[in-house]
Amino acid sequence: MTRTETHRAPVIAQATDASPSSDTLRKNWEGPGGWRGWLSTVDHKEIGKRYLLTAFVFLLIGGLEAAVMRAQLATPDGHLLSAEQYAQLFTMHGVTMIFLYALPVLSGFSNYLWPLLLGSRDMAFPRLNAFSYWVFLFAGIFLYASFVMGKAPDDGWFNYVPYASREFNPGPNIDVYALGMVLLGVSTTVGSINFIVTLFRTRAPGMSINRVPILVWGTLTASVGNLFAVPAVSLAFLMLWMDRQLGTHFFDVSAGGQPLLWQHLFWMFGHPWVYAIVLPAMGIVSDGLPTFCRRPLVGYTAVALATVTTMVLGFGVWAHHMFATGLPVMSLSYFSASSMVIVIPSAVAVFAWIATIWTGRPVFTTAFLYFSSFVLLFVIGGVSGFMTASVPVDLELTHTYFVVAHLHYVLIGINVFPVVGGIYYWFPKITGRMMSERLGKWSFWIMFIGFNVGFFPMHILGLAGMPRRVYTYPSGLGWGSWNMVATLGSYLFAIGIAMFLVNVWISLKRGKAAGRNPWGAPSLEWSTSSPPPVYNFAVIPNVASRYPLWEGYMDDDEDTGGSTIHEGLLLDHGRETIGTTMLDAEPAVILKMPGDTYTPLLLALALTLLFVGLLAQAWWAVGAGVLLTLLATITWLWPQRKLSQIER
Amino acid sequence: MKAGRTLLVGLALTLSHDAWAATPMSYLRTFGPAGYPVTRLGWGLGIISVSVVVIVGLLLLGGIFRRRGPRRLSDPNALAVRRDAGGMAWIYIGVGISSLVLIGAMIWTLVVTAVVAHPSSRPALTVQVSASQWWWALRYDTEQPSRTFTSANEIHIPVGQPVRFEVTSTDVIHSFWVPKLGGKIDVIPGQTNVTWLQADQPGVYRGQCAVFCGTEHARMALQVIAQSPADFRAWQESQLADAPRPATPEQQHGTRVFQSHCAACHTIRGSNAGGLVGPDLSHLMSRRTLAAGVLSNTPGNLAGWIVHPQSVKPGSRMPDQTLSGPQLAALMAYLQTLH
Amino acid sequence: MTEIAISSTTLPVGSKGRDASGWWGMLALVATEATLFAYLLFSYFYLASHSPPPWPPNGAPSLTLAIPGSLVLIAGSVTMWWGERGIERGRRWQLVAGLLLSLLLGIAFIVLEGIEWAGKPYTLSSSVYSSLYFTITGFHLAHVLVGLLILAVLLLWTGFDYFDENRHSAVSIGVIYWHFVTVVWLAVFFTFYIAPRLG
Repeated sequence: MTRTETHRAPVIAQATDASPSSDTLRKNWEGPGGWRGWLSTVDHKEIGKRYLLTAFVFLLIGGLEAAVMRAQLATPDGHLLSAEQYAQLFTMHGVTMIFLYALPVLSGFSNYLWPLLLGSRDMAFPRLNAFSYWVFLFAGIFLYASFVMGKAPDDGWFNYVPYASREFNPGPNIDVYALGMVLLGVSTTVGSINFIVTLFRTRAPGMSINRVPILVWGTLTASVGNLFAVPAVSLAFLMLWMDRQLGTHFFDVSAGGQPLLWQHLFWMFGHPWVYAIVLPAMGIVSDGLPTFCRRPLVGYTAVALATVTTMVLGFGVWAHHMFATGLPVMSLSYFSASSMVIVIPSAVAVFAWIATIWTGRPVFTTAFLYFSSFVLLFVIGGVSGFMTASVPVDLELTHTYFVVAHLHYVLIGINVFPVVGGIYYWFPKITGRMMSERLGKWSFWIMFIGFNVGFFPMHILGLAGMPRRVYTYPSGLGWGSWNMVATLGSYLFAIGIAMFLVNVWISLKRGKAAGRNPWGAPSLEWSTSSPPPVYNFAVIPNVASRYPLWEGYMDDDEDTGGSTIHEGLLLDHGRETIGTTMLDAEPAVILKMPGDTYTPLLLALALTLLFVGLLAQAWWAVGAGVLLTLLATITWLWPQRKLSQIER
Repeated sequence: MKAGRTLLVGLALTLSHDAWAATPMSYLRTFGPAGYPVTRLGWGLGIISVSVVVIVGLLLLGGIFRRRGPRRLSDPNALAVRRDAGGMAWIYIGVGISSLVLIGAMIWTLVVTAVVAHPSSRPALTVQVSASQWWWALRYDTEQPSRTFTSANEIHIPVGQPVRFEVTSTDVIHSFWVPKLGGKIDVIPGQTNVTWLQADQPGVYRGQCAVFCGTEHARMALQVIAQSPADFRAWQESQLADAPRPATPEQQHGTRVFQSHCAACHTIRGSNAGGLVGPDLSHLMSRRTLAAGVLSNTPGNLAGWIVHPQSVKPGSRMPDQTLSGPQLAALMAYLQTLH
Repeated sequence: MTEIAISSTTLPVGSKGRDASGWWGMLALVATEATLFAYLLFSYFYLASHSPPPWPPNGAPSLTLAIPGSLVLIAGSVTMWWGERGIERGRRWQLVAGLLLSLLLGIAFIVLEGIEWAGKPYTLSSSVYSSLYFTITGFHLAHVLVGLLILAVLLLWTGFDYFDENRHSAVSIGVIYWHFVTVVWLAVFFTFYIAPRLG
């Protein structure tokens, strides 16, 4: 028997998508078509698009829930909803937006873009990528399964015990939430591992760590953060489920358990998570603004370091969500000060963006409008966070609509605006068609005005003492009219989102052809066709600067020049890409990439069966789930000659 | 069109009305030393915050319109400007100034945290607050056990004196909050949290549970009634007294109705009713509201509440009562003696 | 296409030991799993510090089985390290021996732990302490079981003659997990058996 090759001197070639060599690549990388291909694909671009689409579906569901709540709150003594319906709605709204929209939508961007930004042909673990998506999808469906039965989670997204314990909440509501979150945690964790290893391993030669786009820094930081944060919440939810179903006493006051243990674990996760769902979005802006300001980002290194610093600090501030729980003054002071320090890395980013706009020559595209208005929304969300970091003030602000306003400025301002801007920016790359700029600008202004009219008054409501999570309120407290304004504004915002979606729909069919690089953008994804071919790059580019496509147009000193975009490693012996060293991105190994396979889907199904079994306490299903999970994993990992995992 | 204009005008009117009319839960102005330094700090941070937003907004607008770029990106002139266009000074100066402001705010915060941690003088009074879904039980402790009494939902305090509150929960987490007097303290089962408040002006200060605690979280209000020390002592004496004995036959009938329908959960001191699940009703008529601030305490509301609590406050722990007309009338006659 | 040149340097192809992406992936997995145990132990110390003494309620647990258990796990790590060294030098028999010894030692640990569990006068739902004890040691036990499964599968694959000095990244990756299981046990052991004796 012949042995697989262990070493090779790879071919260097000049090629584009039109070259004959690309036919071989296409044959290597294309999967089966039809539904088989749909279920078995491991192409990061397919998976990225699915993440984006699914996340947007959840955004719409969460938005509808919010719309119903806003109708209830528009006037005092509203009676559209019962208290229990309202509790389920605000809980599912939070769960949906925070867990099923905000991170997955960024995973969508990163999954789609990372290999293109990094000059690679796929992620480090393409199968894990598919698995991560399927588990996310199934966990989302799992979390919604009880909603249709009227038994959705109903204790808010942070699910404080003891109200979440069986004694006060005996139905399946909380069990669904607990198990659904553990399942979703699996998806987040494997997704994060994939991003981390991808960054370390599959950058194009020459793309040293100080040349990767800021979006990559953002997602990397978020992923490392997730690795250390997600176990806290998975564990907390598992312990809660055990308390509810197996009789343990972790949070059981009557047996000496501690309700505050839940809050510690939840916020040890929760605060870093907030950064995980904004840092990649900030990266989108840091990479998008230079394109439209026609100059490199001011302070690349400072912004990259600020990104990492924010996350590191984010692990030391969890108790600022717990200022009112009776912690000692010493620890209040510590957590207050450490929370305030986060202002500094945020200021670095803000001034870097402003300087980039100020010293650049901005082009007023729709994407630019989203990115530049984001800076303002970021600052509004930032300063309200700064106010809540101050302990004595927070003791008044916490649990009120001021916090609701703050978190919506953070999540909509720092996540939704960059995301929608990012879609306007990358839509031509993803689909090959331009979006309508005219409709785009309309949708921007309606979203921007609607958002501020809808959510700024919530600051005032908070200062007027309106607690969050109330399903109704009496008149005479001065809350009525501001609530009406908030409701009308949020509906306007919804219209803006709808216009954006209409724009996507129309442009998909009728947008004009985009070409490779419609924005004159600097990074590698714009060097390949739109949409990119299945193998991404006809040859692996060599990177010699931070903005390879701008070389020659920038009067630059040190690291301009020398990138070769259409000349590089060919790597066409099956699915292959180059593995490079961690810091300097020197070629180190030729990576054999896996083909399309059903295993990720099967493993995700097996795991979901396990969790459904746990929920129903059908122990045969649990047993079958465990067995199938193990079998699918072993099948997945079985060494393959094709992947050069064995020689004979 | 016309309807739209009417709506807009109406909205503007109500807005201005609401903005300046009473906002009983607003803490933009506070009425006691547990609140004053916090309110000053809050205004200070708020002004800093608004200034930052305005400055950043102006810089952004300036940056955007200062030197507009090419209209079309396919234009060769649209390509990148020179890298030496600089800009780092923005980061150094911006972050420098932000840090100075930040350090100032941090020191101010730490000082205020320390100042409001404890009252300047020994509290005149300790009130034990025990929260349940969805009401507040109160116990006024003194050194003499015989002078301890219980009440619910309405906290009377003497003006000008710090009052210590020891809060705990019998079920889930709540949060004790009277915004015009000071910040929140969470009410957590299995632990006793301590805070203090002081009112410098007589009046009624509204409070409300602030942590989601179940379906009727929205309707778990409380009131702090600050009185002159003399009025407070008078109130205290009246609360210490046992409820009066029923005088008329109808009131006596009412006592029996109470015994059979209400006494398992409610206490009336001086009678056989000693239930501990619901609020102490010994001096029910001295309270301004019913059902933790949901209804004002009128005979009509009281009768409606007794018969149909589940339609007034769905999910409340008090079940609907099936009472005949005469039974209800007798019960009402009795309850109305409980001053 | 224009073929310009053949690269002057030859590169390894495919997964070779630590060149495999999976090796990095396993390190990341171990990092997040270690964090999970850190949060478990945090919960232990948090609940301990908020419980009225004595803690543990029945006194510090006996070391009679725990010390042999710890030694057995450490020995299992050493044998696995020795086995991996073997395949790096192309000695398949040494890998087989290492895997077999580690499997046996792992099973021995489970037996010891099982005896200890059976001897406890309390159950999962008896008290906060018992909930912690069975949950944390149970988590660890589950990890030992997964580790044993990995060793068994590696043994099977070695039997199929998949590995030699060039291709054995599956072994290198699996071994990390096995060492992790040992290291985590030391943390669990310290928390449950040593920490109460220090107080």
